[in-house]
Amino acid sequence: MSIEIRNITKTFGDFVALRDVSLEVPPGELVALLGPSGSGKTTLLRIIAGLEEADSGTILFHGEDAASRSLRDRRVGFVFQHYALFRHLTVFENVAFGLRVRPRRVRPLEDEIRARVFGLLKLVQLDWLATRYPSQLSGGQRQRVALARALAVEPKLLLLDEPFGSLDAKVRKELRRWLRRLHDELHVTSVFVTHDQEEALEVADSVVVMHEGQIKQVGTPDEVYHHPADPFVYNFLGNVNLFHARVEEGRAYIGDIAVDLPEHARADAETALVYVRPHLLEIDHLPNGGNNFRARVEHINPAGPLVKVELVSEWGDPVQVEISQERYRALRLQKGAEVFVTPKEKKVFVGNYSI
Amino acid sequence: MAGGIALRRAAASTGRTRSTAEPAIIRWALIGTALSFLGLFLFVPLAAMFAHALEKGVAAYFESFREPDALAAIRLTLFIAAIAVPLNLAFGVAAAWAIAKFEFVGKTILIALIDLPFSVSPVVSGLIYVLLFGLQGLLGPWLAAHDIKIIFAVPGIVLATIFVTFPFVARELIPLMQAHGTEEEEAALVLGANGLQTFRRVTLPNIKWGLLYGVILLNARAMGEFGAVSVVSGHVRGLTNTVPLHVEILYNEYNSAAAFAVASLLAVLALVTLAVKSVVEWKAQHQFEAGGGRPNRGEEP
Repeated sequence: MSIEIRNITKTFGDFVALRDVSLEVPPGELVALLGPSGSGKTTLLRIIAGLEEADSGTILFHGEDAASRSLRDRRVGFVFQHYALFRHLTVFENVAFGLRVRPRRVRPLEDEIRARVFGLLKLVQLDWLATRYPSQLSGGQRQRVALARALAVEPKLLLLDEPFGSLDAKVRKELRRWLRRLHDELHVTSVFVTHDQEEALEVADSVVVMHEGQIKQVGTPDEVYHHPADPFVYNFLGNVNLFHARVEEGRAYIGDIAVDLPEHARADAETALVYVRPHLLEIDHLPNGGNNFRARVEHINPAGPLVKVELVSEWGDPVQVEISQERYRALRLQKGAEVFVTPKEKKVFVGNYSI
Repeated sequence: MAGGIALRRAAASTGRTRSTAEPAIIRWALIGTALSFLGLFLFVPLAAMFAHALEKGVAAYFESFREPDALAAIRLTLFIAAIAVPLNLAFGVAAAWAIAKFEFVGKTILIALIDLPFSVSPVVSGLIYVLLFGLQGLLGPWLAAHDIKIIFAVPGIVLATIFVTFPFVARELIPLMQAHGTEEEEAALVLGANGLQTFRRVTLPNIKWGLLYGVILLNARAMGEFGAVSVVSGHVRGLTNTVPLHVEILYNEYNSAAAFAVASLLAVLALVTLAVKSVVEWKAQHQFEAGGGRPNRGEEP
């Protein structure tokens, strides 16, 4: 089922949660709504589900206005952030709930319910826990029960609110790969909310970056990561170093480093923001005549696949750099050392952007 | 790390680690004070009452209940409880549901109003009805003209009892429902349940022990209420006398054995209430622990 969101606005008192948001989700896609807390992503998800009503705007399910359908007729599966499992029911009864509450004439027979619930529990690899209660399960297991319960009503649309938000890092990684595989199997149109850029980039077919109630960019993970539409998106999708540059004669300057401006840059701009990801900065003991600036090493964290080095630039700003372990050993970097930093790749935004 | 957490939990659950425990002498002094206080103010009077009630023998004790006025009082008390309890049960659930699950204008006023019977003296509660329905009251002349008797009749007692026992169920349920939040109800609705199904299958099972607890307290108060009922009843023997009022009349007539016998009936009711209450509390606690009261339990797969 495709979803079309047209000009949705939603306010809570004085707080504008969504302002004039429009978005299209093609059928069968797995879409991530990505943004910091307060960006309106969960509100948008709840409006799609029908749990919240928009102040204005329309939502079309398969070309048909969703407002005409009641919550029960929307055929939406919703996975809540804290799972919202029925704590007084067993895992089996939790999953069977959506089938049991159907009007008698469309309710499946007991045998069918059993078969379908066990089918779903097998799908989420939890059939051996059917008689347990939610409180007896781990976080990851609860998450999968919640998913099985949502799938039991054969939803045309699956909505997940921070599905991995309250799990620890390792379970989280496993589950998101598992969700991706599940989606490839079932092909049900799915939208999930997350504030974790890594999660969105890894799992989704397309990523919708939201900020302050507006959509900043929609694109494939590759597009939003490598071609961010504005400084916010670039900033949000990973660690960055921000340099304020002055613009002179069509070029931007950070210290002595000259940077070419993007083609569409406004000619009258006087300042520019230059972003460089930490792993795209190089450190050396000698200037080597390159396009570089001086900095002093403040702190070194060698734990992890990359060595994280914190420096202070010659004009006093903090700079984060990530270098490989080999490079770190070759440099024999010490705290307090004076080094030269060279940006390999940079992203320039001209004008008065505010993040 | 998981082991560390488990250890800390175990220590917390016994609550008697060496570093936090009081010296034995202080512990025993505190327990002793509490126990002797309880004995002096609760147990001794209770025992004295039963002793008084039985001083003319077991036969006389049971004879006090067989007396027509006593029987009428017992019947009236049961009748009033049979009306007040279901009504306040329904009201309490509805009010708690509205307050805990929805946002609306005037919510704080509703909460304050629910508490009103607790904060006002029962005598005042009774007087309110006299002022409203009594002969000199606001609606008195109209009621008299239509030959409807409320004050000094059973309807007045019912109204006063309902007023006084108003908050019990709602007060019990509001914090419970607020703690549960609305997510489970939302989940039920998204899964296709209608309002009634959601209430019956999701909300009710979650609040059932709290509800039962509230009803027990409500019932005990409905049967034992004295002040408000005394004002509106008129003390007509065999007609508008409830059990507590009957006790007072007997006592004022220096028929103390009968008075204590009937009073012991109320005391037995209280003891039964306490017992049932303890069982319910124990069950609720049990369910709370088994049913997600500690959501962090078993975090490891």
